[in-house]
Amino acid sequence: MTQAAKMKVSDEVAISIDQMNKWYGTFHVLRDINLTVYRGERIVICGPSGSGKSTLIRCINALEEHQAGRIEVDGTRLSSDLKNIDKIRSEVGMVFQHFNLFPHLTILENCTLAPIWVRKTPRKEAEETAMHFLEKVKIPEQADKYPGQLSGGQQQRVAIARSLCMRPRIMLFDEPTSALDPEMIKEVLDTMIELAEEGMTMLCVTHEMGFARQVANRVIFMDAGQIVEQNEPEEFFNNPQSDRTKLFLSQILGH
Amino acid sequence: MSDTHAQSVAFVRNTEIPPSLPPDTEGGVIKWVRENLFPNVLSGILTIVALYFIIRLSIFVVPWIWNGVWGADSLTNCREVLGGKTGACFSVITDRWHQLLFGAAYPRDLFFLSTMTGVPVADLVTPGGVRENTNFFQEFFFGYWRPVLAFVLLFVAIAPVLFSELPRKMLITTAIYPFAAFWLVWGGSLWVPVTILASLAIAYFAYSFVVNRSFFLGALSFLAVLILLLFDPIAMLINAAEFGRNSLAFLGWQRAENALPWVTVMEQNYPWLMNIFPLNAHVVEGLSTISSVSLASVPSRELGGFMLNMILGTVCVSLSLPLGILLALGRQSNLPLIKWVCVIFIEFIRGVPLITLLFVANVVLAYFLPPESNPDLIIRVMIMITLFASAYIAEVVRGGLAALPRGQYEAADSLGLEYAQAMRLIILPQALKISIPGIVNVAVGLFKDTTLVSIISMFDLVGLIRGPILASTDWNGVYWELFGFAALLFFVICYAISQYSQWLERKLQTGHR
Ligand SMILES: Nc1ncnc2c1ncn2[C@@H]1O[C@H](COP(=O)(O)OP(=O)(O)O)[C@@H](O)[C@H]1O
Ligand SMILES: [Mg+2]
Repeated sequence: MTQAAKMKVSDEVAISIDQMNKWYGTFHVLRDINLTVYRGERIVICGPSGSGKSTLIRCINALEEHQAGRIEVDGTRLSSDLKNIDKIRSEVGMVFQHFNLFPHLTILENCTLAPIWVRKTPRKEAEETAMHFLEKVKIPEQADKYPGQLSGGQQQRVAIARSLCMRPRIMLFDEPTSALDPEMIKEVLDTMIELAEEGMTMLCVTHEMGFARQVANRVIFMDAGQIVEQNEPEEFFNNPQSDRTKLFLSQILGH
Repeated sequence: MSDTHAQSVAFVRNTEIPPSLPPDTEGGVIKWVRENLFPNVLSGILTIVALYFIIRLSIFVVPWIWNGVWGADSLTNCREVLGGKTGACFSVITDRWHQLLFGAAYPRDLFFLSTMTGVPVADLVTPGGVRENTNFFQEFFFGYWRPVLAFVLLFVAIAPVLFSELPRKMLITTAIYPFAAFWLVWGGSLWVPVTILASLAIAYFAYSFVVNRSFFLGALSFLAVLILLLFDPIAMLINAAEFGRNSLAFLGWQRAENALPWVTVMEQNYPWLMNIFPLNAHVVEGLSTISSVSLASVPSRELGGFMLNMILGTVCVSLSLPLGILLALGRQSNLPLIKWVCVIFIEFIRGVPLITLLFVANVVLAYFLPPESNPDLIIRVMIMITLFASAYIAEVVRGGLAALPRGQYEAADSLGLEYAQAMRLIILPQALKISIPGIVNVAVGLFKDTTLVSIISMFDLVGLIRGPILASTDWNGVYWELFGFAALLFFVICYAISQYSQWLERKLQTGHR
């Protein structure tokens, strides 16, 4: 186990989800979700495709609306109040499977846009912060290029830097490496590991089990809109309890 | 090399084959003709048929242009000069160019013309429109310097919009241009456009002061300041109170002798509502007593010719673009009321021919509004054409919005951007880029459609040709030359626009994505 996984987690609550339910029309996507995330926790969410993993983390920053139950992020209750939503969104960073960089802006502009317009940071300061984080993800030399000129791995690292520029207290990752060629997955995972080691609260939807073993302090398995099993990584991988977890693990680990 | 190892599978190249020239048969004129004009029997036949028509056409057109008469003063005179040969009578253009370009009634600046040419004013005013003491260039540049200057400045003003390489500071000329052009074309006191511009500048200052907090607050303070400055708020309050009192009286809430008909109430108490530029008139008056800088004012009905088409085209395109964008955004709105208002508006306008809307502008609006309050016909027409074009632009922009991946909206949302910020900074720049070809299409179509105003008896280029020129005894029957000239003017502008849009598309394509 690495340093990150052993790191002490505080007992300050970052996210608390209580009896949350969501429907798409009549389709019940998320059922009775209860989840408490403590500050500094690194949680990996896995599960078969269509099990509601993306929907769950998208509910946390209100990209999706939930219909029942409550979600509190950093002590702020998510409601339909726009002010609350914008506040939570600026505290919670999100990294998408398809990067979703702004193609008409340079890398630097991608990173400074939200700090300037949402945080009202002066441009110069925002640019300094952006360069700091671009150095951290190891691509400061690309600052003046456009996203289309970068490789997938580089784009995803820019997307991470863009989120970090808002100095979020929580980071959400939705399959950040699934759209990448194999040789680029490592560079993105390394960035995420570094972030974890600094104590960032992270929720990652990913099927990178090596990453889960290395940095996660909790692994959550979802199926059919429910949390089926959650445990420490060692226990989760070596001693899965539910049959569905066993089946899933055998499908993605053993061939 | 390879043939010595023909049987073996493993292969390594250790010499390089040098590039050589293509065979001689792959070049030359003969090859080009064979490949492009006569590649097979069918294409060969088509080539011959096309050549036949091209030759037949040139046999007629070339001598027609070549023999063209330029100096005559009437069609009869033209025919005399031609003496039975085929030939065009271009004299109508040299004789009536000022009408074709600026309208029959648009006044020349005789004073300036006389100063620049040294010809006394009395000798410039010749009956019947024949200008014997000046030449075309003197007339065009000195006599009509106002619209000509407005036209030239138009290019200065749109250049920074069209070419993003130009310094952004030049956009200031774009902002000032409408006011400068208004003053040049319509004349009147300089203080009118200046006060409007100043009010807008102050309102913009208020906006930029507040916009950091919230875009909506910014927009609100912009409007508030503008209303405060442009409209006379105190007079408005008094008028409103008066209106309320009179309306109550009219409804019989007070003694009947106080009651006035509604229209009279409006006329008496709402002159500012009836005016098109309900600018705080006191300010203008006050400034004018200090110093009066003014050009001879020209009433709207004296604008005409190609100038009228240009004015309608530029004004309506530039107004319909922001309106169309708002409609497109409104159509996507989550608020059902806004959404349905936009949908109904767009679908209604798109379902109605422009000419119908123009008739509404001409006849129906005039019928409903009280006579003195009647805004200029040109303004009613501008409103109608703008509404018409904005519905089409809204649909084009909607296509652009729909083409953007959902991820762009989500990324903007997840960073905590407000709706207005997300639209302005992320969504619209990309959606508009996609919509450029469609928008240009609408703009070109709209510009040509401005000739429809000739049907409601406005004397634009086509109206002038069909009316005053063809009806005159001198030039009755000169169709080809006149309409050819009109076609040429429109073609030049529309071709330039379409070339620009193709250039822009190429530029955006090779650039970043
Ligand atoms: N916008 C939507 N409308 C209707 N159904 C949806 C929508 N988004 C996702 N779903 C459905 O919800 C389920 C869960 O989706 P998702 O959270 O994306 O799964 P996962 O990320 O675990 O693969 C899937 O069955 C999917 O088809
Ligand atoms: Mg998913």
